[in-house]
Amino acid sequence: MGSISVLLVGKVLPYLEQELDKRYNLFRGIDPSQRAAVLRDHAASIRAVVASSSGGPDAALIEALPKLEIVSSFSVGVDRIDLQKCKEKGVRVTNTPDVLTDEVADLTIGLILAVLRRICECDRYVRSGNWKKGDYKLTTKFSGKTLGILGLGRIGAAVAKRAEGFDCSICYYSRNEKPDSKYKYYPSVVELASNCDVLVVACPLTSETHHIINREVINALGPKGVLINIGRGKHVDEPELVSALLEGRLGGAGLDVFEKEPHVPEELFGLENVVLLPHVGSATVETRTAMADLVLDNLEAHFLGKPLLTPLV
Amino acid sequence: MAEEEKVEGLQQLKHENQDLPQVLVLGSPTCLQTLKQLYSHKFRFLIPNTSLDSLYPLTAPLSSISAVICSASFSLTAPVLRLLPSLRLVVTTSAGTDHIDLNECGCRGIQVAGAGKLFSEEVADMAVGLLIDVMRRVSAADRFVRTSCEAATWDFPLGYKISGKRIGIVGLGSIGMEVAKRLECFGCTILYHSKHKKSAVSYPFYNSVIDLAATSNALVLCCALNEETRHIVNREVMLALGKEGFIVNVGRGSLIDEKQLVKFLMDGEIGGAALDVFEDEPNVPKELLSMDNVVLTPHCAAFTSECIIKLCELVAGNIEASLSDKPLITQFRPSRVFYSSARLVLVPSCSPSSFW
Repeated sequence: MGSISVLLVGKVLPYLEQELDKRYNLFRGIDPSQRAAVLRDHAASIRAVVASSSGGPDAALIEALPKLEIVSSFSVGVDRIDLQKCKEKGVRVTNTPDVLTDEVADLTIGLILAVLRRICECDRYVRSGNWKKGDYKLTTKFSGKTLGILGLGRIGAAVAKRAEGFDCSICYYSRNEKPDSKYKYYPSVVELASNCDVLVVACPLTSETHHIINREVINALGPKGVLINIGRGKHVDEPELVSALLEGRLGGAGLDVFEKEPHVPEELFGLENVVLLPHVGSATVETRTAMADLVLDNLEAHFLGKPLLTPLV
Repeated sequence: MAEEEKVEGLQQLKHENQDLPQVLVLGSPTCLQTLKQLYSHKFRFLIPNTSLDSLYPLTAPLSSISAVICSASFSLTAPVLRLLPSLRLVVTTSAGTDHIDLNECGCRGIQVAGAGKLFSEEVADMAVGLLIDVMRRVSAADRFVRTSCEAATWDFPLGYKISGKRIGIVGLGSIGMEVAKRLECFGCTILYHSKHKKSAVSYPFYNSVIDLAATSNALVLCCALNEETRHIVNREVMLALGKEGFIVNVGRGSLIDEKQLVKFLMDGEIGGAALDVFEDEPNVPKELLSMDNVVLTPHCAAFTSECIIKLCELVAGNIEASLSDKPLITQFRPSRVFYSSARLVLVPSCSPSSFW
């Protein structure tokens, strides 16, 4: 398979890049000028694209690759990929569901505790020597609080399961109510936000869920409410979020994703009621390796004419 | 609030009713402000301006005091207790009692009341938060984001998975059980070491902490500090835990050989540590202050706004019970009495409200 040309358009684990290099004729096109050069010379030979949460083929790129057969994404979210275009052109798409569900759910609980119990702030307090001047102030208990989950898919359900260990009440909003679910359903995001203490965004990013967390939802969550975003930055109207936090209309936020990563609104840096992470939801050695293997296995299956392991399209 | 005045080295509230029972408050407990707000109509709180030793020989208020509220940061030693000849009750605002000379209290018939299980959920929440933080590098990542605003890409080291890992709990009392319950929902395998195997619990029991460490990805320390548990996490235990092993301590600083821990963290012999407690609070070994694989919090695992009011209610309830000769709400009972070098030694009870 060393002669099959593959284009890499998103940042991935070094192990994956090395394996792609070994197994295929790999072209790197993460950087726009790199990509332009590759397309100029090799567009006609590229049969596969490897994408990630930091970059994926849009309609223009798909059009520019006449021999494209498959897009394999090193992520579960595929908002960077023009799925409609792929469908039209008969291009297969795979992602990495399930292998990162637990990882993201673990981090979600970690984010909630870090915000409510001010763990990062406490750590700063000790490192700066302030503990010698006096105790840190009281924080907010997590156990027993009401958790609202926006999107009760694999990740949402895994978050709920963990929160039950803390005796939390769980409620959710989803496109459709889930008849088998034991959790309370709210038919709108605003109602969900009004009725929970912590709101977790865990749905896919689509045109319908773009800025699903808007001013109205943020105000409904309120001055004691906490927003946790482990979905995509574009789920949240970021300027609205920033002003709500600065004005005290929202109690706190734990954010693993931002609208324009790696850019983070600087106004957030001075706030003690926010925790800011560099998109590390799935960032463990174990999980990133499993995701990489899934990308490699999907590509191999495709080129050997076998069924794909985790197809989306 | 009533005006405060200094009387004989003690701050106390001016009261029309000087007959309210006096309660000496030692160690500036976090709940003191709330206690004064809620219960100044029932008790006269006396707060020393200076160390108690300097008030010797006794001044009148000290000689008649029958109840003391004490925080975990105040060492209620035998010499201090002897300054209070009428003392009948010590109420500590902590779950731990390692700062109190229980032998002296036992010999004099002074009852001791603790916080019991009041903080167990809060402390367990914090223990899980600290475990996730150190294994997934949450605080380090937050620092990274706040200081790398001009970076073109985010290049941050990967963390370690928590779900499905083997977690060794040292001390399966009230707090340890709450930690276990939470981590089970992460698909973790719970293992434990305790003074005695708990027959009602199905988690695998390990008689030695070294064996527990050898088979665990992380240790969570939830036990009380006493003569048997001091430095229970020592060099051998840390070596058994290994280079990718993690320690979370929400018990007491001296459960760990702190000097050895610092050395092993510097040498990469252990994966990381999340510490809410230290051997000499509020002093923290300076070597830790620049490490990214440690999380350091200022002994605050129990302190949420929700629990402070409940703590005040418990403290006041214990004092009122003592004054009315009724059973205390959360009495700390010694369970074993044995002689050590002809000195009576009392060991804390293994009742559900204890944690060893």
